[in-house]
Amino acid sequence: MCTYATEHVSATGSGKGPAGWFRLSEVSVYLDHPAHALADHTLNIDFINPARGPSARVAVELTAQTARALAKAIESALDAAPPGLA
Amino acid sequence: MNEALTAETVIMKGHDGDKVEAYLARPADVDSFGGVVVIHHLPGYDSATKEIARKFAARGYAALMPNLYYRDSPGASPDDAAAAARAKGGMPDDQVVGDVAGAAAYLRGLPGSNGKVGVIGYCSGGRQSFLAACSIQLDAAVDCYGGAVVHVPAGAPASMKPLIGLSKNLSCPLLGLFGADDQFPTPADMTELSRTLDELGKEHEFHTFSGAGHAFFSVDRASYRVEAAVEGWDKVWAFFGRHLAGE
Repeated sequence: MCTYATEHVSATGSGKGPAGWFRLSEVSVYLDHPAHALADHTLNIDFINPARGPSARVAVELTAQTARALAKAIESALDAAPPGLA
Repeated sequence: MNEALTAETVIMKGHDGDKVEAYLARPADVDSFGGVVVIHHLPGYDSATKEIARKFAARGYAALMPNLYYRDSPGASPDDAAAAARAKGGMPDDQVVGDVAGAAAYLRGLPGSNGKVGVIGYCSGGRQSFLAACSIQLDAAVDCYGGAVVHVPAGAPASMKPLIGLSKNLSCPLLGLFGADDQFPTPADMTELSRTLDELGKEHEFHTFSGAGHAFFSVDRASYRVEAAVEGWDKVWAFFGRHLAGE
């Protein structure tokens, strides 16, 4: 199935795409068909800056298991940071 | 027929007269042919769907696939263009209808056209195939597992509306090809649509393949199911043969 549902996050940071580093402005997060991963559905994340065109994009397609592990790792890394850094 | 064909990228007039990139595949060895507008799936104007256009040409049809994401992403790779379209909230239905109408007019204007034009779409394109068939005059339409025809899922863009209410306007025979394991559309959705079309006296033929889910025609994806795809293509050839072939 195509889910059509997308979570949108405003972003501050940078990503490295095909043309090098660029400033990020948004992140799209959605569970849907992948373009490349060999799975029916994956958790897809697009780190983008629409003002720089559609190619300003860093994309990942993760299995649900990987995506949940990543989410936990992000939270853990932030929680473990010394006070005042995150 | 020796399956000879030519294929190229063209610029056609789409919705509101906009210039839209499109992939054209034509049979090389027939004097008269029907036309098929191919609507790409949500992942975009990609190589796999261009291959489908060439498949139609090898079978004696002229096929034209407009790049629905061209306006916002000219020259972008298909996956980047699809991601940009998704971030923007998807394509407006009226724009898609205008692009399909433009593609149909382009096909009818080709030297050798028999004047008959059908439409086929996959995934989101399946929904858009039904939408087009309920919005403009066509000769045949094929909906391959298009969701959001009967019900729109939670979280979908607010602009996406169910289409079942347009059924009374269906302008041509409809072939529906679905997977029994698909959750969107579900077999129950298609039963409801079929019942609605029956009540309206609209010619249609639905097939739901066991052992297949969504996107079973996609040869480059894990969802590919060879038995359903082979049988599905046979249904397409028979259906378009009845409604689009001839001089």
